[in-house]
Amino acid sequence: MIGMISSLLAQADWSSPPIDWHAIAPELILVIGINVVLLIDLNLAESKKWMIATLTGIVMLLAFIPVVTLGLELDGVPRELFDGRYVIDEYALVLKALFLLVGYVVVLMSQNALEDGGYYQGEFYVLMLCSILGMVMMASSRDLISIFVALELLSIPGYMMAAWKKRSSVSNEAGVKYYLMGVFASGIMLFGMSYLYGATGTTALTGEEGLGALLTDGSLSGLEVIGIVFVLAGFAFKISAVPFHSWAPDTYEGAPTPVTAFFSVASKAAGFTALMTLVFLAFPNASDVYGPMLWVLAALTMTVGNVLALRQTNIVRMLAYSSISQGGFILMPLAYAGDVDAGGSALNAVVVYLLVYAFMNLGAFAVVIAVSRKTQSGEISSFGGLFNYAPGLAVAMTVFMASLAGIPPLGGWFAKFNAFKAVLDADTTSAYVLACIAAVNTVISAAYYFRVLRTVWVDDVPDGNTAPINPPSPIIAALGITVIGTIAVGVYPRLVAGFGNLSDLAGTVPLLG
Amino acid sequence: MIAAIEPSWYLIVASLLFAIGAFGLLVRNNPLVMFMCIELMLNAANLTFVALATSLGDINGQTAVFFVLVVAAAEVVVGLGILVSILRRRPGATADDLAELKG
Repeated sequence: MIGMISSLLAQADWSSPPIDWHAIAPELILVIGINVVLLIDLNLAESKKWMIATLTGIVMLLAFIPVVTLGLELDGVPRELFDGRYVIDEYALVLKALFLLVGYVVVLMSQNALEDGGYYQGEFYVLMLCSILGMVMMASSRDLISIFVALELLSIPGYMMAAWKKRSSVSNEAGVKYYLMGVFASGIMLFGMSYLYGATGTTALTGEEGLGALLTDGSLSGLEVIGIVFVLAGFAFKISAVPFHSWAPDTYEGAPTPVTAFFSVASKAAGFTALMTLVFLAFPNASDVYGPMLWVLAALTMTVGNVLALRQTNIVRMLAYSSISQGGFILMPLAYAGDVDAGGSALNAVVVYLLVYAFMNLGAFAVVIAVSRKTQSGEISSFGGLFNYAPGLAVAMTVFMASLAGIPPLGGWFAKFNAFKAVLDADTTSAYVLACIAAVNTVISAAYYFRVLRTVWVDDVPDGNTAPINPPSPIIAALGITVIGTIAVGVYPRLVAGFGNLSDLAGTVPLLG
Repeated sequence: MIAAIEPSWYLIVASLLFAIGAFGLLVRNNPLVMFMCIELMLNAANLTFVALATSLGDINGQTAVFFVLVVAAAEVVVGLGILVSILRRRPGATADDLAELKG
């Protein structure tokens, strides 16, 4: 057998491609970590399962180290692996850091929720690490197939995590809805990819023979147009853009709250990562196709998300619609990615928005988890009089809601400002119309964010129970990280503004040079 | 004399399969049938990949199919797992029964 393989190898004159081990160190650490966590979990007594959460956190922090060292070593020159199909550049590193950080905060948030509920812990963290691995791979993928594999690697564990409360029919329903919609989206996307492959003969995004060079406005065939539209529609499901959003509120409400936080931040950011990679590298010259499509998606997403959020009485459901509408704001600059003036600032705006959105939305969910441990309710009215008995949580909630609404000097304001700036840089009539729609939506969204704040500060405590809340220390740590992040970005925007200045990704796009 | 099979015939079959899968997913309400519809959609993409790889004389499309097959298998395992846990609680549940969450 071995002789046969080696003779086959000799025949094909095959040698393994050179591998830059440092460049893929974050992925390798995650892979090793997944196996270690799984093995340790097998041999751990039930009473010691809490250690798995700590271990998972350590794995994420360890994977963070090579991200930092790579960032210091990179110096503007991207490191390419596997024929340029897996690239580590500043853009990829910023997003990898974001995914690992979000993963760490979600571990902090889920620890007590899983323990209190008596749910399986070891398997949960293994699945979460798998999902994070998929996201980290997504940031570097520069090939249709590796984008597909990364997307599935991050989604499939998510289907199981949504249905994690096995005995709750609501959680099962959340899981099955997420699963059916997610796989439907993968099917559409894959069909689009097969057409793109057939029309161009390649699956690579960049390079002279890549999709980016071959797909140009004016010479697009029917197959190519269908391919682009289907691929983008597939990712529109992932980021729950209207009209592909129907799964999101149900899944968010039914899934365990830390998982909801994970979906609404990490999965969504991964979907946007793929969209950015595709729009800037694979379709930069096909803006006649994706421009109008993303314009309509962005306008619909922010408007419908906002209008439906107005009438929600459940806080998680309200945050679900709020995250749909925030997705519209993140999508908005991408519609002008192909514009000579707006392209650079569009990339900047999306990356900055994703970073800020991660902090403020995770924070809001952390407050919800902390409060509902006491009130056992998801209704907005259960937050009544929160300031009277948990002033710390009330202030934190104020920070997150105000930031989501876009009030200076918080992070959300800077993110929204950047998004508007990118759209206005395009300087066309359609851009001004989109900016006006977004401005109206900012005002609408303030209504439901401030309704929560009024409940927190003004209303009476609904059941008169004013025993103080003592959140467990992991949740306090999560709150600390997210509050500091939200405020720091708003007060000192240059902290992240440089991250968005991703010359090397933009540099590969001739149009944006 | 039998006419040679053109690559375009495969594409037509594949797009029909895809349309049947997508349509079935939207109109049927038995979760198991919905799973099968999803498989049809994924395999339509596979057929397109293989047909186009053959007509292009390029191996990349055929390797893509292997990835898709593995991913589809993983998806089915997870999907059936979730479905079994639902049907254990509520035998004979249809997609319409899964409507506790709305608004």
